[in-house]
Amino acid sequence: MRLAEILTAGILALLSIYLMWKSTELNVGYIRGEGPGGGAWPFWLAGIMLICTGFIAFNWWRRTSPPSQSDDVLLDGYGKRTLVLVGGGLIAFIGLVNIISMYGAMAVFLFYYLRFLGRHSWNLTLILSLAIPTTFFFFFEGLMRITMPKGLGFTEPFYNFLYSIIY
Amino acid sequence: MEILGLLSDGVMVSLMPINVMLILIGVTLGLFIGAMPGLGSVNGVAILLPITFLVPPNSAIIFLAAIYYGAMYGGAISSITLGIPGASTAVATTFDGRPLALSGRASLALVTAALASFIGGTISNVLFTVFAPLLATVALIFGPPEIFALMLLAFATFVGLGGDDIPKTIFSICLGLVFAAVGFDEISGAPRLILFDINGFLHGINFLVLAIGVYGIGEMIWTIENTRGEITTTEAKMSLKGIVRDSKEGMRRGWKGTMIGSFLGFFVGILPAAGATPGSLMSYGVAKLVAKNPKEFGKGHPGGVAAPEAANNSASTGSMLPMLTLGIPGSPTTAILLGGMVIWGLTPGPRLFTEQPDFVWGLIGSFYISNVFALLVNLAFIPLFIWMLRMPFTVLAPLIFVLSVVGGYAATQDMHDVWLMLVFGFGAFFLRKLDYPLAPAVLAIVLGPIAEPTLRQSLLLSSGDASIFLTRPIAGPITVIAIILILLPVIKAVVTRMRGSRENAA
Repeated sequence: MRLAEILTAGILALLSIYLMWKSTELNVGYIRGEGPGGGAWPFWLAGIMLICTGFIAFNWWRRTSPPSQSDDVLLDGYGKRTLVLVGGGLIAFIGLVNIISMYGAMAVFLFYYLRFLGRHSWNLTLILSLAIPTTFFFFFEGLMRITMPKGLGFTEPFYNFLYSIIY
Repeated sequence: MEILGLLSDGVMVSLMPINVMLILIGVTLGLFIGAMPGLGSVNGVAILLPITFLVPPNSAIIFLAAIYYGAMYGGAISSITLGIPGASTAVATTFDGRPLALSGRASLALVTAALASFIGGTISNVLFTVFAPLLATVALIFGPPEIFALMLLAFATFVGLGGDDIPKTIFSICLGLVFAAVGFDEISGAPRLILFDINGFLHGINFLVLAIGVYGIGEMIWTIENTRGEITTTEAKMSLKGIVRDSKEGMRRGWKGTMIGSFLGFFVGILPAAGATPGSLMSYGVAKLVAKNPKEFGKGHPGGVAAPEAANNSASTGSMLPMLTLGIPGSPTTAILLGGMVIWGLTPGPRLFTEQPDFVWGLIGSFYISNVFALLVNLAFIPLFIWMLRMPFTVLAPLIFVLSVVGGYAATQDMHDVWLMLVFGFGAFFLRKLDYPLAPAVLAIVLGPIAEPTLRQSLLLSSGDASIFLTRPIAGPITVIAIILILLPVIKAVVTRMRGSRENAA
C-alpha cells in the first residue's frame, strides 16, 4: 500500500498538470467586461488538485495516512484474479455491445458470470440470461422509448420480430 | 380561511375518479422509473408528456406531478438496495442507505426513506399552500453571489466534517468540479477540456457516468475483492412487526434529519436553477453538522437517509413554486412541466392563481393526495425490494453490473460514456483501496454546473472583486459559515495540540 500511495499521488499530480495545461487553451485570467476567462475555473481547480497531491505526498513521507503505514500489497493473488475475471468480463461485455447488440452482450455477460463465476445451475443461468435482457428490451424500447445499440446487421431479423410485438 | 376553502376544492378535484386513477398509475410508474439507474423524474415526465394530451390539462398536470413524486420516492430504492443512485437527487441517500443495507438493515433504510419523503412532502405542501406568493419574491432576492455561497457551503460541509483525509477530500471535490467543466464554456461557447482530443468529451461528462462508475462498478469490484467472495446474501428480512419497529427507529434517529431536509430542501428547491439535487446534498451536510455524533454518518445512520430523502421530496414541491408563480422552472423536470402548461394553453405567472384557480388548486390538492399514495405504494413494494437483496450475491452482482452499463448508456445514449464509466469504475476501485473519499467528487460534478456560472456572474457583477461574497447581506453570512467549516479541521488540530501540550505541562 505504501508504494501504491505515493505512485497514485504521482499519477494524480500528472493528471492535475495535464488538466491545468489543457485549461490554458482558453483564457485563465480575468477579462475586463467579460469576467473570468473560460479556462480560469478548471485551471485553478486543477492547481488546487496539484497542491493536494503535494500534501498527500507529505503525509506519505510523515507516515500519517493509513495506506502510507501499511506494508500490505495493493492487490494480492485473489485481488488480481477478481480484477481480471470481473473487470475483464465487463470489458468484454461492453466490447460486444456494438457487435451482438446491448441485449445480446447482456445475455452473454450474465451467462458467463452466473455459470462460470457464480457456479449456478444451468437452469437458473439460462432462465436469467434470457429473461433479464428480454425484460429490459420491453422496458427500454417499449415503455421508455430509449433505443439501445443493436449491433451488426445480422441481429436485424431478430429485433424486427421483437419490435413487431411492441408496435 | 380562504386558502382552506380553495385547498379543499383542489383536494376534491384531485379525488375525482379519473384523477385518483392517474395519480395511482403516475406514482407507481414514477417509483419504478426513479428506481432504475440512469432514469429519473425528468425522463418519466418527458416521455409521458405526450400521453397527457389525451386528458384535460387539470388531470394531465396531476398525472405528471404524480410521476414526479413517485420518482422522488423511487430514487432512494436503487441507492439503498443496489448502491447506485437512481438519479442525482438520490446521490446523498447512497452514503448511509447502502451501508445500512449491507449490514442487513435495508428495511430500516427503506422505511426511513419512505417516511422522511412523506413528511418532507407534507411539510413542503403546507409551506407551498400558505406562503407561495411570499416565498416566490424571497427566492428572487437570491442572485448569483448568494447561490454560489450556498454551493460553497455544500462543499464546506464535506471538507469540515468529512473526517477523511482532508487533502484527499479536497482533491476529490476539485476533480468532480473539473469533470463538470468538461464540454463547452457556457459563456464563450468554445470547446473546453476535450481530454486527449476525444470527441466524446464534447458533450461533457454526465454526472451519472461518474456516479454509476463509482458506485455501480468500482464499489462492486471492491466489495467482491474485499469480502473474498464470501458474502452470499445480505440478511435482509421483512415483516409487519419489522416495519413498525423500523418506522419507530427511523423516526427516533432520523427526525432531526427529516426536519432539516424538509425545510432546507423546500427553500433550496424554490431557488431558480437550484432544485432537488443541491437541496438533498446540503440537507445531508447540515444534518451531519448538527448530529450528536457526525462520525456515524456515512456508516449507516438513519438520519443520513432521512435528510436527503425529506429534502428531495420537499424540494420537488418547492421547485414547482417559481414555476407556477413566476414562470421560472427550478429544476429540469419543472422545465418540462412548464413546457406542458404552455402547450395546454396556460400561462404560468402571478396571474395564474387568479385566472386559473381550479387548475392551480387542483394541482396543489394533488400534491397532498400524490404524497399519500406514493407512501402507500412505496411501502407496499418494499418487500419486493427486500427480496431482491436476498438474492445470492453472485446473482445480484451481475445484475448490478448490467444495470450499470444499461443505465450509463440510457443517460446519454453514447457508447463513449459507457467506456468512460468503466474507466471511472476501475479508477474508483483503486482510489477506494487507498482511502480516497469519492462521494465528494460525485457531489461536485452535480453542483459544478451551478457553482461555476454563479461564480463567474458574481465576479462579473463586482468587476472581479471577490469581496462580493462577503459584503452582500445574505451571501456574507453563508460564506463566513462556509469558510469556518473549511477551516474546522485546522482549528480542531490546533485545539487538540494545545490541549496535548497543556496536559504534558501538567
